[in-house]
Amino acid sequence: MKQKSQLSLSRRKFVKTASIAAAGLSMALKTPLALAAAKVKMGFVYVGPRDDYGYNQAHFEGKAALAALDWVKAVDEENVPETIEVQKTMESMIQLDGAQVLFPTSFGYFDPHILKIAKRYPDTTFLHCGGLWDAEKHPKNVGSYFGYIDEPVYISGIVAGHMSKSKKLGFIAAIPIPQVLRNINNFTMAARSIDPSITTTVVFTGGWSDPVKEAEAANSLVDQGIDVLTCHVDSPKVVVETAEKRGIYSCGYHTNNAVLAPKGFLTGAEWSWATVYKNYAELIKNKQPIPNLVRGGLKDGIVKVSPYGAVVSDAAKADADKALASFMDGSMVVYKGPIKDNKGNTVIPKGKSYLQTDTWLESMDWLVEGVVG
Amino acid sequence: MLKTVEIWCLSLGALLLSMLLIAAFIFTTGNSPSEVFHSLYRGAFGSWFSWQNTLVRAAPLMLTALCTALPARVGLIVIGGEGAMVVGGLTAAITGIAIQDAPSFMVMSAMMIVGGGCAGLWILAVGALRHYRNVNETISSLLLNYIAIAVLNFLVVGVLKDPATLNNPSTYSIGEKNMITSIGDSSVHWGLVYGLVVCLAMWFVARRTTFGFAADVTGGNIRAARLVGLPVAKIVLLSCFLGGAAAGLAGVIEIAAIQGRANSSLNAGYGYAGILVAFLARHNPLAIIPYALLLGGIQASGGLLQRAHDLPDATVAVFQGIIFMMILSSEMLYGRIKFLQPKSMIS
Repeated sequence: MKQKSQLSLSRRKFVKTASIAAAGLSMALKTPLALAAAKVKMGFVYVGPRDDYGYNQAHFEGKAALAALDWVKAVDEENVPETIEVQKTMESMIQLDGAQVLFPTSFGYFDPHILKIAKRYPDTTFLHCGGLWDAEKHPKNVGSYFGYIDEPVYISGIVAGHMSKSKKLGFIAAIPIPQVLRNINNFTMAARSIDPSITTTVVFTGGWSDPVKEAEAANSLVDQGIDVLTCHVDSPKVVVETAEKRGIYSCGYHTNNAVLAPKGFLTGAEWSWATVYKNYAELIKNKQPIPNLVRGGLKDGIVKVSPYGAVVSDAAKADADKALASFMDGSMVVYKGPIKDNKGNTVIPKGKSYLQTDTWLESMDWLVEGVVG
Repeated sequence: MLKTVEIWCLSLGALLLSMLLIAAFIFTTGNSPSEVFHSLYRGAFGSWFSWQNTLVRAAPLMLTALCTALPARVGLIVIGGEGAMVVGGLTAAITGIAIQDAPSFMVMSAMMIVGGGCAGLWILAVGALRHYRNVNETISSLLLNYIAIAVLNFLVVGVLKDPATLNNPSTYSIGEKNMITSIGDSSVHWGLVYGLVVCLAMWFVARRTTFGFAADVTGGNIRAARLVGLPVAKIVLLSCFLGGAAAGLAGVIEIAAIQGRANSSLNAGYGYAGILVAFLARHNPLAIIPYALLLGGIQASGGLLQRAHDLPDATVAVFQGIIFMMILSSEMLYGRIKFLQPKSMIS
């Protein structure tokens, strides 16, 4: 009997309850939808894990900083290879999440993947990290952004030059492409500006993410008497940790690596993508045109120097701060002749200098005097 | 007939059990299993867009799976699909670049013949080492993967490099006109059809030809096969060649339908995922198709799991691992469940 009385509902009461419920439901459904529609929706794609202490984490930290803006909805996906999978990931973000702007961050995503999808979705903006966009060749809804990370690498080189006792530095690099060579050259020239007898020994591992080879290279460099180690691979974790374990100094790359080497960490070169991503979000929110090319260095806040480690001497800090200041006021010219390569040829004659933005530097295929390997 | 029933029952049972385990795993991550399963479905099969996503991911897996499945029928465990795919893609790219001004039909055919042929020989070498020198085929095929990748990287940053690809070293392009197009206005390329056709053809060869039967006999008992006078060497080598050629074709399609040029992204793990598919399908070329779709679907929805539920990318690997373990463990139940057994003919 009790059950029946519970179930018996007068028609009026039923209509009333049902309409309230329906109204409530539609409100509940509508409000977040209406709010969501006003949000700027951004999608991020990384080629490796979000927590690699390296390239991908740097982008993830930039994306995570967007959480402070409540009018932005940012989604991301990690470990997406440079195959049709990245094309599908981009399409999925557009179709299922309604992303207005995509940041596929790996270098190899650009051609053919971004170019292909951008043609299919002309209303979506595709911004690629790497600076490859060319007004003549590429669609208008594609753009590039990149930072002159060789500037903070130069600061690392100064600190390394001061702190090294054996006068032998080590650099573990992925593959010999211009960006990598430029970092090696900046690091070496900065260190040799402190002491011209310093050399940098380079090992190329042949891949962006090859932890076993990176560890082997790090150990063999330490065995050769190197006492400061840095790298340019996707994740600096293995190199910096190995350096710490072997009791030598290290300079970080991509993100702040201080936690990986509490004793021997000197400083490092970091990306500061939060600045870049927040700027893009503002532009989209205010419906302003998005520039197709964004580039910048230390003074633009796109890259930064990691805080000095506890072991760094005052003299090193003073020289590094001096160099940093001249980067900030734009007076620093790293590639000022005469500069010789490590085979003895003069690559930049006396009196000739190349500014940071010079495109000649972007096709670099030589290593500076003092680099071994 | 009952044998098929047994396969169906055990496979479905294993899949069901793995779904339960996956649900338990999702529960421990603090998510609702039903919501995650719904996302899995939405990302893999929920709409035409999701289906396309699943199909393009399944396409290469069908072909690389054959590289393990076909040699497995003659009793060899070959895990060289990755290397065969790289060899196929690389040689196809070289062919395509060399004759890119020829009619595109000819370019495509030449790429397939050269790519498939070279990759076939690559795995044939594994079979030959096994048959004539008794070298363990699993180890040699695994090591050949590294050699293939090293050769690819060497050529791509060296003699074959297009100077325009400064920071992402790649070969020259095979030319836009020589690329495989999409089916209709979908984003699924014709490579999927090649995968389906090759799987069906291999199923026919394995199940309906004397060669297929001879291969099964060789795999079942190589000494018996020798005793009845089967050309064992030929059967082993041909099975390896066909498997390698299938994986090579996956590489050709990767170049011709997606990348347009060879670079390090040719080695994207399809070969290793193919091993998984082959074992799930119990080396049956026909069963490879649904399992490739299943795996493709899981991978297709992996992105949505990350975005909608904040699950890490490794979740997909956990799902795949659970399914793999369950199917493999179900192997030991074959012949042990009474009511699934055929009535004995000699009782």
